[in-house]
Amino acid sequence: MPEPVISIEGLWKSYGDVEAVKGLDLRVEEKEVFAVLGPNGAGKTTMLEILEGYRSRDAGRVEVLGTDPSTPDPAWRERVGIVLQETALETLLTVRESLELYAGYYSSPRPVEEVIELVGLEEKADARAGKLSGGQMRRLDVGIALIGDPDLLFLDEPTTGFDPSARRHAWQMIAGLRDLGKTVLLTTHYMDEAQFLADRVAVINRGRVVAVDTPERLGDRENLSTRISFRIAAGMPIPGVEVLQALDGARTEAADGGAEIGFESDSPTTDLNRLAAWAVEHGVELQGIEVRRPSLEDVYLELTAR
Amino acid sequence: MSSLSLAVHEFRFSQKVFWRNPGSVFFTVLLPVIFLVIFGTIFGSDPIESLGGVPTTTYYVPAIVTLAVVSATMVSLAVNLTTAREAGLLKRGRGTPQPAWVFIAGRVGNAIVVSVLMVVVVTAIGRLLYDAPVPWGHIPEIGLTLIVGAAAFCCLGVAMTAIIPSREAAPAITNVITLPLYFLSGVFIPESEIPDGVLSFSGIFPVRNFFEAFFTAYDPVSSATGLEWGNLALVALWGVAGLLLALRFFRWAPKG
Repeated sequence: MPEPVISIEGLWKSYGDVEAVKGLDLRVEEKEVFAVLGPNGAGKTTMLEILEGYRSRDAGRVEVLGTDPSTPDPAWRERVGIVLQETALETLLTVRESLELYAGYYSSPRPVEEVIELVGLEEKADARAGKLSGGQMRRLDVGIALIGDPDLLFLDEPTTGFDPSARRHAWQMIAGLRDLGKTVLLTTHYMDEAQFLADRVAVINRGRVVAVDTPERLGDRENLSTRISFRIAAGMPIPGVEVLQALDGARTEAADGGAEIGFESDSPTTDLNRLAAWAVEHGVELQGIEVRRPSLEDVYLELTAR
Repeated sequence: MSSLSLAVHEFRFSQKVFWRNPGSVFFTVLLPVIFLVIFGTIFGSDPIESLGGVPTTTYYVPAIVTLAVVSATMVSLAVNLTTAREAGLLKRGRGTPQPAWVFIAGRVGNAIVVSVLMVVVVTAIGRLLYDAPVPWGHIPEIGLTLIVGAAAFCCLGVAMTAIIPSREAAPAITNVITLPLYFLSGVFIPESEIPDGVLSFSGIFPVRNFFEAFFTAYDPVSSATGLEWGNLALVALWGVAGLLLALRFFRWAPKG
């Protein structure tokens, strides 16, 4: 098994009386896109800044690309690209100039034009950074982090504050990094972002990792029950326990005199089949029928509620 | 890359940013010229008897050169580095393989080049508009004064960023420090109009000493050597103090 790109064991960090990170363990493997989720103040940025070589730690063992990041050297910096939580650009330089400036810091940078294409700013290459939209600025920010052709990329909340289309655009770009063989560690508040981008997700709460898995399996999500819900119009027959045991107590009165029905199902295919057969037989429409697996957000809220 | 080429790379982009920033061009390049013309127009060219009969307009050339260099070095660096720090640019730069000093060096290089340019521009305008003699015979003295002063005020500018909390506060804090010193040091008002007690007070500070050194280097009437070692030493001492404070208190990232 290859060495992990990031390995953290028992990481502790406090600021005065506040313990930001309390015994955190994490491994990120080569070439994976790894998302870290967690509420504000959970310790995400503290952990990230320790991994990036910006912050010291109080205790624990940390290795990033085989090196302790508390003593970063230029050779290690060559291999690490960083996008900070706040976009940091020189507004008076153009997109191309900004990339040329940072290209000069690395011994074998990627060609500037290639990076412009990679982040989709071809049409803005000669526009000043200060004239770009928020989403374009962030893409330039990512471009700057990529200019040194790093093996590992840190993205701290890369799409916070974006409108939905800018977010899609950024996602496609980040997904493209996987094809370049980069390892990416990103933090985010958006479940759909983690779902779309990440191979694996860690949820951090109160300075510790409370769950790590693929977005599909996080928090045993695969094995949690599916929720089935629908409405029956007023005056129509209503299915009861003779159809499905689970319908016991599943009904509430709707405002228009109809019924709202919702229940948890461990065997949704069978249950739906029975319901549908009953509905067809009685000529009843199951209005607004929804079959919903617990979302990543449900699992996340459950995991961080404590 | 060698250290020099790293610094040159950084300097090239510092230059671009400087000339594209209307604020820095106005306050650093145009304002000193405007001051020279305003003071020349208001106070005329009457001789200042206590200074050996130097015409007032000639007096203002080294005075405004002093202001221009302080502005291009200390003020510009304090504002510019604070802005870069608060925008996260310094923090981001620290995340690259680049050694940290290069980010300061590029901006200091910019400050020194603009200073040299301003010495030439202010001297040339003094000659063209007010017949203030160009001190051709004292080029080495002026050069040395400029180098010592620019270096010292650069250090003070870097140190000053430690007490500037935000980019909005930068112009106010630098003005609060420099404007009174310009008045008290004979930069805005001829020193013949300023009480001796005030001059000996401002003589503690680097602006007054820097101006005296420049005045001696420019003075066509009284100067024999063109150098004021005492004044230059005091300026250098302030510079060293600034350097030590900068090394101790300079921050690379916004607070918090």
